Amino acid sequence: MANFYNDNEALRYHLNHPLMREIVTMREREFKQCEEFDYAPLDFEDAMDSYERVLQIIGELCGDVIAPNAESVDAEGPHLEDGKVRYASATYDNLRALNQAGLMGITLPRQYGGLNFSLVPYTMAADLVSRADASFVNVWGLQDCAETINEFANDDQRSRYLPRVCAGETMAMDLTEPDAGSDLQAVMLKATQDEDGTWRLNGVKRFITNGDGDISLVLARSEEGSKDGRGLSMFIYDKRNGGMTVRRIENKMGIHGSPTCELVFKNAPAELCGDRRMGLIKYVMSLMNGARLGIAAQSVGVSESAYREALEYAKSREQFGKPIIEFPAVAEMVATIKAKLDASRSLLYECTRFVDMYKTIEAVGRERALTMEERQRARAFKKLADAFTPLVKGMGSEFANQNAYDCVQVHGGSGFMRDYACERIYRDARITSIYEGTTQLQVVAAIRHVTTGTYSAQIQTYAAEQFSDEVSPIVARLQEMTAQFEEALSLVKAADDTELVTFHARRLVEMAGHVIMGYLMAHDATAAPELFLESARVYANYASAQVAAHHRFITGYLK
Amino acid sequence: MSLRIVVLAKQVPDTRNVGKDAMKADGTINRAALPAIFNPDDLNALEQALQLKDAHPGSTITLVTMGLPRSAEMVREALYRGGDGGVVLTDRPLGGADTLATSYSLAQTIRHLPDGYDIIIGGRQAIDGDTAQVGPQIAEKLNLPQVTYAERVTVSDGKATIKRRLENGFEVVECPLPLVVTVTGSADACRPRNARLVQKYKYAVTPSELEGLDDRRKALVQSRPELLISQWGVADIEADPEQIGLKGSPTKVKTVVNVVFQAKESKRLDGGDDAGLEDLVKELITDHIIG
Repeated sequence: MANFYNDNEALRYHLNHPLMREIVTMREREFKQCEEFDYAPLDFEDAMDSYERVLQIIGELCGDVIAPNAESVDAEGPHLEDGKVRYASATYDNLRALNQAGLMGITLPRQYGGLNFSLVPYTMAADLVSRADASFVNVWGLQDCAETINEFANDDQRSRYLPRVCAGETMAMDLTEPDAGSDLQAVMLKATQDEDGTWRLNGVKRFITNGDGDISLVLARSEEGSKDGRGLSMFIYDKRNGGMTVRRIENKMGIHGSPTCELVFKNAPAELCGDRRMGLIKYVMSLMNGARLGIAAQSVGVSESAYREALEYAKSREQFGKPIIEFPAVAEMVATIKAKLDASRSLLYECTRFVDMYKTIEAVGRERALTMEERQRARAFKKLADAFTPLVKGMGSEFANQNAYDCVQVHGGSGFMRDYACERIYRDARITSIYEGTTQLQVVAAIRHVTTGTYSAQIQTYAAEQFSDEVSPIVARLQEMTAQFEEALSLVKAADDTELVTFHARRLVEMAGHVIMGYLMAHDATAAPELFLESARVYANYASAQVAAHHRFITGYLK
Repeated sequence: MSLRIVVLAKQVPDTRNVGKDAMKADGTINRAALPAIFNPDDLNALEQALQLKDAHPGSTITLVTMGLPRSAEMVREALYRGGDGGVVLTDRPLGGADTLATSYSLAQTIRHLPDGYDIIIGGRQAIDGDTAQVGPQIAEKLNLPQVTYAERVTVSDGKATIKRRLENGFEVVECPLPLVVTVTGSADACRPRNARLVQKYKYAVTPSELEGLDDRRKALVQSRPELLISQWGVADIEADPEQIGLKGSPTKVKTVVNVVFQAKESKRLDGGDDAGLEDLVKELITDHIIG
């Protein structure tokens, strides 16, 4: 009888952000689809009401089905049967429930059976599902690979594949190989063309999440003799056609419910998706940005479950004659978990709106010519999305790990036993800062936005907002933090040494991230103090200490 | 073959999550403190209907409910899961009905359904009254066979096959159509609301609810007949005024007592040997606690 959406006011707050009116109105093309589709909204209020209702369905399924199944899914895990994946039995129950509720293809166009929802409620769904079971969000959340088909495949492919995704078929993105992990330019899996033009895939993929999904996007070398990323193309592999077997399912530390597969392609027929040679350069980048946002949502969901478990235990466990939450050492841990949770969630939805804005304008641009102003807005939001995606993936996943660690710590000895959910949460959290690009690679993607000033400019935009009186002490701290960030940055830049920038990159990116999350929290605390004021205060204390430490490190190093 | 399926459902106060405000001082239910929900067993019944519809394409599910005008929510809940329409039976003279008057009123409603019926499915009992009488009484009034405690209903060759839950196992019975089936809470749980159907049917309203909508939504409902939920009164079902509501209800409530459970003093039986155990068992049998 639990509802993970209704019991979390923060989600409703983020769903109702003022920018949603523009996003939704544009995504719904001025609400013209209601004449063609009986489930399309009449107006903005109608669309928002639908988002709310659908999130309630997801919240209910998370509370009543997915979360109660998480323990057995973790214990049972998937199995290999004749070269195919068999999920843990309760994973099938989860999938059935979500399919019955029509929750596949959430963001896809209605003409293919999708819901045409904004990315914000979709990301919220991933946040909810991850809180219920972080491993299951992988199986379900890979539906966002369909966005790549929607964006780059041809009409015929869209009309053949997208309705299947909307009807509940699962997906995978097959990028990694034994010798091509972070460095995807080294992908070797071969794509060759038969005389009749059919593409055939041969080779091995490794560490493929949900590798036995129904429809897969496969990165392969289509240009014989090429060595780098320019020889790679993207292919759609349909499991119905055969030619691929699962050789092994990895035995992992966490996210046991999500099958991580080694795949062998032997003359597997496939279709080219988009243009040749653009596989890595264009399509993987698009896939990756979507996937990174997905991992950020997964991380926030993990933080949410860590917070709930820690709080519940700290309130119910008594020592020395009182609940342990009454001891400052424990209370501080719980409050810090909550602050990091709220801050990373605020950054998550800010980033999601940026992505949604530019993608929606671009989608409109494929139907009609955009105005100059629209083009400029799309460019501006794309830049912000590119800057914020690695920031929220990197910092959000590190927070998830810290929160899971503290959650176990709050549980004391019990947390080390398998009796409590925190032990699973701790193991599940660990991958978030590794896959879809390690935190270190997120820093590589983010640092240019530090040096070119994308973050600084956005910080100035936030600083120009109106804040409530009770939030103004927090804003004063943020101004100090901003000054420290800018000083450290200019010192590093003044040295004019690329290696030095790389060396301090993590520190600089984190400083920017703390200031940005601090301002987002100040904004939230002004708009909804009952939900966020305490977290904003705790976060400001925590973040200012982190920023000061980095500042001290960098200035000390350079002296 | 396609089936005309009628689902009987009741909106009930959620007695499973009773807080301290649930009862008024006079011993009656404080309905304001208890949210109105879809009676749980009726959701199991709806799921059986939906499974029949899945297995027999072209089948229709009509939800029939009696209660306050807000019971229209029950029809919407069915539409959100794959139902096709419904009738809300609501009228002042129907109020205060016991199971006899209720089953009469519902039977009259079913008789007046324009498309008829092949199978009528309801939950075993409602959590507010817990009588389990309405379904069987409707079967008697419509002169139909009835199968109770159903866990699974399938239909083929014009016959229904029903798995019945018994105390120590189950039995499978066959019954010709049409019939009345009541479903237990151990049957498959009802599927979730569907995202597309929720968006399609959220403005489905009864004529009286239509008045509360803005012009845009009113026009929408008027342009889509599937969004209009039937609301019937006594006249629509041609009910005998003597057999409905309080008048038609022979059940008289003499008094309602607010029972407060109090722990009794514990009793200690000495002797950990067989004789001591035997005394304990004897005493439990005498008190009808076991045996």
